[in-house]
Parts: sequence; structure tokens; C-alpha cells
Amino acid sequence: MNFDLYGFGPALAAGTLMTIKLALSALCLGLVLGLLGALAKTSPYKPLQWLGGTYSTIVRGIPELLWVLLIYFGTVNLMRTLADFLHMESLELSPFAAGTIALGICFGAYATEVFRGAILAIPKGHREAGQALGMSKPRIFWRLILPQMWRIALPGLGNLFMILMKDTALVSVIGLEEIMRRSQIAVTSSKQAFTFYMVAALIYLSLTVIAMTGMYLLEKRASRGFVRSSQ
Amino acid sequence: MNWEVIIKWLPRLSEGAVLTLELVAFAVIAGLILAIPMGIARSSRHWYIRSLPYGYIFFFRGTPLLVQLFLVYYGLAQFESVRQGPLWPYLRDPYWCAVLTMTLHTAAYIAEILRGAIQSVPPGEVEAARALGMSRFQTMVHILLPRAARIGLPAYSNEVILMLKASALASTITLLELTGMARTIIARTYLPVEIFFAAGMFYLVIAFVLVRGFKLLERWLRVDACQGR
Repeated sequence: MNFDLYGFGPALAAGTLMTIKLALSALCLGLVLGLLGALAKTSPYKPLQWLGGTYSTIVRGIPELLWVLLIYFGTVNLMRTLADFLHMESLELSPFAAGTIALGICFGAYATEVFRGAILAIPKGHREAGQALGMSKPRIFWRLILPQMWRIALPGLGNLFMILMKDTALVSVIGLEEIMRRSQIAVTSSKQAFTFYMVAALIYLSLTVIAMTGMYLLEKRASRGFVRSSQ
Repeated sequence: MNWEVIIKWLPRLSEGAVLTLELVAFAVIAGLILAIPMGIARSSRHWYIRSLPYGYIFFFRGTPLLVQLFLVYYGLAQFESVRQGPLWPYLRDPYWCAVLTMTLHTAAYIAEILRGAIQSVPPGEVEAARALGMSRFQTMVHILLPRAARIGLPAYSNEVILMLKASALASTITLLELTGMARTIIARTYLPVEIFFAAGMFYLVIAFVLVRGFKLLERWLRVDACQGR
């Protein structure tokens, strides 16, 4: 076992940073998509309900890897048309952008269900109280529903984020230089496959532990002032 | 959308789908068999029995399946003893590597499901069995496990669907399952949208059939009626 990792330590550290960046940007996109999906699914309008339902069903039924490949390779023609339309030389999705979109879409589909559960868990009286005070619908959502929703949705979102972090490894398939891709490069030159993939595994493990700790603290903060039920 | 191309390549895609189903079936059945003793050990009262499966589950749930696949397929060849060992003909074959890794991976998740199920069996039922003079082992086989199986079944069906989607990763170690086949076809036709769309439809249909199948199984086992609610 060579402790300076054959000089690939800094490359792996850069890969870790890239993984974290990718996970966080996919998280942002996914949260927005999830909120929109949940709003569509709980709205009184049938077409919107259908839209939200189809989004979460279809995305959850297809492997994440297929989404990553589809977004990266499938949008080439689309981007070309768009470039023509905008009179630009060429336009293409970088692996980072494609990965963010693909993982964001997948995260959003699962988050739709988590948020929907959270919205439904808020007592009807709160909404009615807002109406009685003369608040508009968006205002009720923004000031009454959303702040309370987080607390309920947080454990579910935490699990999804853990899954998202592991799914970032898939983006190495389209060549983004994150942990897995950097380890693959290191393996080709050092021929020490087990060592480097084990190091990659340990990095993912420590990221998971950090995320778990963060989640625990967030949940503790979100549930301050609430009595924890004993079950 | 070029439908003719999709129809032309449907037979090859269904070949891939068969391999996908094979991998998933192997993994979830072998994983279940592996997970039963682990789940039981994981719900033990003694910390020294609990800690070994805990470490296993922590590793396999905390790292991506892709890393695990690469560790087994590319990583094991680093060791001379593995290359000389009797298992080498299997461990150099991507098919068996994928089966092995997926089994170990899903076993960790199923063990955790089983632990949850075992721990949510009402203690009164176990006490009742003990009071009737059943031995610990009899209680386990006749009371605890049948109850836990019904409690854990919905979560197990979720895990099977997750494994179906995870099996797409086998394409990264050169296996031509559904995703691998789609990528091969795209390399020939340069039509990523059509072929990935068709592969996605295959996954959706398989997932739909599996969900229906598990619904039937739940009805057959009378899961709802056995929850005592």
C-alpha cells in the first residue's frame, strides 16, 4: 500500500470537490422540480395532477444511468437546433450540465412524492386560517405551508440526498472528472485497481457520514419546539 | 421519432431485457437468502453479533454500486492469489462479477429491511409463542419470520424495482443487458433518442409487471389482513 497514492492524491481531492459540486447543484434543481411536481400533484386542476403524476411515475421507472446517457447523448440534435435558432456557432451540454440535469430530474421525481406527503400532512385548518385572514393563495403557500413542510419532508429528503450522492458516480460514464473518473485515470496508469477503487469507496463513505451528520443537525434544528413522538 | 428503427432493433433490445431480468432475478433471490441470517443477526440483542452485519451494511449502503462493481471486476485482478485461485474463471467473467456484486449490494439493503420488519413484530406475539412452550428456534421459524416476511414484503418489492434500475450499471463492465445493448445499437445507428426511449419503455414495462406481480403476491399472502389493524 502506497500512502501518497502514486501522486494521484490531489487529483482525487479535486474529483471529490467536483462530486460535491455536482451533488449540490443537482440537489438545487431537484428541490425546485420536486416542489413544482408536488404542487402540480396536489393542485385541484386535473391536467396538472396528470402532469405531476406522469413525471414522477415515468422518471422513477427508468434507471438513472439511462437518464444520464439520454440527456447527454440525446440532446445533441436539440442543442444544434437551438444553436441555429440563436445564430450561435455551436452549443452543447457539458458533462457537468448534463449530469446536473439528469440527476436533478431523478431527484425531483422522488422529491415530488416526499413533498406531496408533507403538503398533505399539514392540517387543513392552517390553510383555512390563512384564508380567514385574507391571505392570497401564493402567500398562504409561502408563509404557512412551506415553512411547516420542511420539517416533515426533511428525513425523506435526507435519504434522497444520500442516494443522489451515490448516483453522482454515474456521471463518470459521460466523462465528468469526479471521484470515479479520476480513480479510473489513476488505475490506467498505476495498474492498482483495487487500491484506487477502495480509496474511492472510502471517500464516498466519508461523504455519506458527513451528509448523515449534517442531516441529523438539520433535523434537530427543524424540529426544535416540537415534542418528539415516542414511536 | 423514427419508429422503423425502433421496431427493427426490438429483437436485440429484448435479448438485452432477458439478460437484465436474469441478473435481477439472480441478485434479489440470492440476496434474500444471504440477507436472512444477516437480518436476524442485525436484530440481535448482543452488540458483538449485531456489529458484524452492521459493518457490512454500512459499507455496501454507503458506497455507490458502480464503485463496488469496479472493485470486484477490475480490482480483484490486482491480487496474484485471486488470479491463481480456483474462482478466477468466474471472477474474470463480467456476468458472474455483476451477479456477485449485485447480490452483495442488495443483500445489505434487504438485511436492513428484514431488521426493520423483525423489530416491528409486536413483542406480545413472541411472548405468547414462548408462553405456549415454543423454543426460541420454533418461535423464530413459526412466528417471527412469517410475520416479518409479510411486514417486509412491500419494502422488498421496492428493493426489487431499485435493483432493476441498478442493473443498468452492469453495462459499464461490458455486459450487454438492456442499457448495454442500447448503447451498442446507438454506436451503430447514431440514434440515441429513439433507442434510449425504447430501452426506457422496456424498463417501465418490466417495472410495471413486477409491481403488479408483487401486488398479487401480497394479496395471496394476505398481507393486509395479517397486520392486525
